[in-house]
Amino acid sequence: MRAILLRFAGALPTLCGVVVVTFLLTRVLPGDTATYFAGPTASAESIAQIKASLGLDLPLTEQFRRYVVALVHGDLGMSLTTGQPVLTELINRLPASAELTLCGLFLAIGIALPLGVFAAVRQGSVIDHACRIVATAGVSLPVFFTGLLLVYIFYFILGWMPAPLGRLDAFASAPPAVTGFYLIDTLLARDTETFRAAAAQIVLPAGTLALFALAPIARITRASMLAVLGSEFIRTARASGLSGPTVVLTYALRNALLPVVTVLGMVFSFLLGANVLVEKVFAWPGIGSYAVEALIASDFAPVQGFVLTMAILYVLLNLGIDLLNRAIDPRARRGA
Amino acid sequence: MTQSGTIQPVLRVQDLSVAFHTRGGVVHALDRIGFAVAPGQTMALVGESGSGKSVTAYAIMGLLEAAGKITGGHAFLGETDLVATPPAELARIRGRRIAMIFQNPRAALNPIRAVGRQIADVLLRHGGATRFNAHDRAIEALRAVGIPDPARRAKAYPFELSGGMCQRVMIAIAVAARPQLLIADEPTTGLDVTTQAVVMDLIRAMAEETGMATILITHDLALAAERAERIAVMHAGHMVEEADTATLLAHPRHPYTAGLIAATPTAAGSLDALRSVPGGLPDLRGKDIPACRYAGRCERRLDACAQPLSLRDHAPNHAVACWNPLESAA
Repeated sequence: MRAILLRFAGALPTLCGVVVVTFLLTRVLPGDTATYFAGPTASAESIAQIKASLGLDLPLTEQFRRYVVALVHGDLGMSLTTGQPVLTELINRLPASAELTLCGLFLAIGIALPLGVFAAVRQGSVIDHACRIVATAGVSLPVFFTGLLLVYIFYFILGWMPAPLGRLDAFASAPPAVTGFYLIDTLLARDTETFRAAAAQIVLPAGTLALFALAPIARITRASMLAVLGSEFIRTARASGLSGPTVVLTYALRNALLPVVTVLGMVFSFLLGANVLVEKVFAWPGIGSYAVEALIASDFAPVQGFVLTMAILYVLLNLGIDLLNRAIDPRARRGA
Repeated sequence: MTQSGTIQPVLRVQDLSVAFHTRGGVVHALDRIGFAVAPGQTMALVGESGSGKSVTAYAIMGLLEAAGKITGGHAFLGETDLVATPPAELARIRGRRIAMIFQNPRAALNPIRAVGRQIADVLLRHGGATRFNAHDRAIEALRAVGIPDPARRAKAYPFELSGGMCQRVMIAIAVAARPQLLIADEPTTGLDVTTQAVVMDLIRAMAEETGMATILITHDLALAAERAERIAVMHAGHMVEEADTATLLAHPRHPYTAGLIAATPTAAGSLDALRSVPGGLPDLRGKDIPACRYAGRCERRLDACAQPLSLRDHAPNHAVACWNPLESAA
């Protein structure tokens, strides 16, 4: 417990840094908010008026002071494009992004982990080669490309999947919000019809993310399994006559998972980034598409809020990875 | 064979050959090895690094790495030829009828599994333990190898135990299913001297208690002399001499054995009397490996040494593979 608190304390400087950097970055970005919102026909006076009302005419330090004070009070500012508080919008949209990212990640783990294990156990077999091909393809194809490709094949040509237009098609209505995850909420409401609609919508974007995440997970699983299978304690396990499944799953895989978990953390953070593009391709109403739209409109507040949210997610993610490592490795438990 | 009397040996190895397929060519790591171990007997396999001692053990256990293949011969455990046994069946024999312990015991144990669980795994697989009593049986096994406070230690992980404790755990794992034969591969390497003696005493005690035979693999002739009843000397994948310990030490017939003895410090001898064995192991790749793999290092080499040779009895219970053996003093 103390270790967890310490980890949180250790993350505070990082978050402070993120606050400063995002503030400065959004200020130095090209594009003038006031000009954008005043419209193309606005006079110089009206632009100056908008600037003053937004506080953009104040010195940078004063702007920053106001931003931080508001932040401490839990106020992330208002979005100029939607007129909504940023915090509310982020909270409303976060479940969509989280559902998509987690689905992609679990899909990737579900495929990559067995693939990597089989590739290591049957080195040089068909599965091993398949693993290598998937790993190479996964890293070399950008997500927006695989996303469009999947839409082209499965929606446009084959017609197996619904149109890539968000979380639900037009005929279904959203389930009562409990977790904000449609796949869970529909099941809680015992609404299998909507569940199926939501599942059909999420398959392609989650698959796109999974294809991207597959490669590093499969590769590290294979490499880690190979290293562990060659180690002395596996020889002992074999010498004791333990059965094949026990040796591979109980003895080898659990040890091999340690580096895999670390890589999972990295993959998850990549996914958070890749999400932004995938949400755009599939019109997914998550925080990524929200941030992209705001960025195009030079709308500072949502961008700052988005980056801060990502930073907090990243800190939580690393904490989760740490806890997972502790659960697997007794040395990490006793060490700290 | 050289086995005395008519007692059925626990293990009888005949003409066992192993080759490794490497990028540099085929390495003939073992060439027609033969020996036998009687029930309850401790036999030492002695030789320098690379002589094929461990490869012999792994070949018998069916644990050779993928590049290594048994190219001929037999290893009879009782009536079972381990060489001809399919892998799945061999896995049921390993740990149950024949077990092995290794050097560097801490690395040889699963680092993230409590040692009690590791013993319980073997008991569940071989020892007839059930899920309900496996934990208690594991604690019993830890107590039997002299680990103090076994109930608490059963929950410990290898990194929390000393090297000597880890080797005790290894021994507990190995003898959990009461095997007929224990192969101890350099069991004391990496342990401090006092612990070495304790571990060797423990192996002997477990062997005496269960009637288990032991193959002690070591490069240390002094250790073999102290602990084994018979010694087989290996050199570059050949068995060069085999005899009971007293005979072998007092009257070595093979020049390599004599060299090893001269290279082993004794309590009585002075350090100045120590001699190293000159030269190194020959290249075991390819086809034109010399008939006597020691010939290149041997001071007693004759023209006849190019002729094929094998281990032959030069005296009762004393087999030597040499065309020009040292004279027996007897």
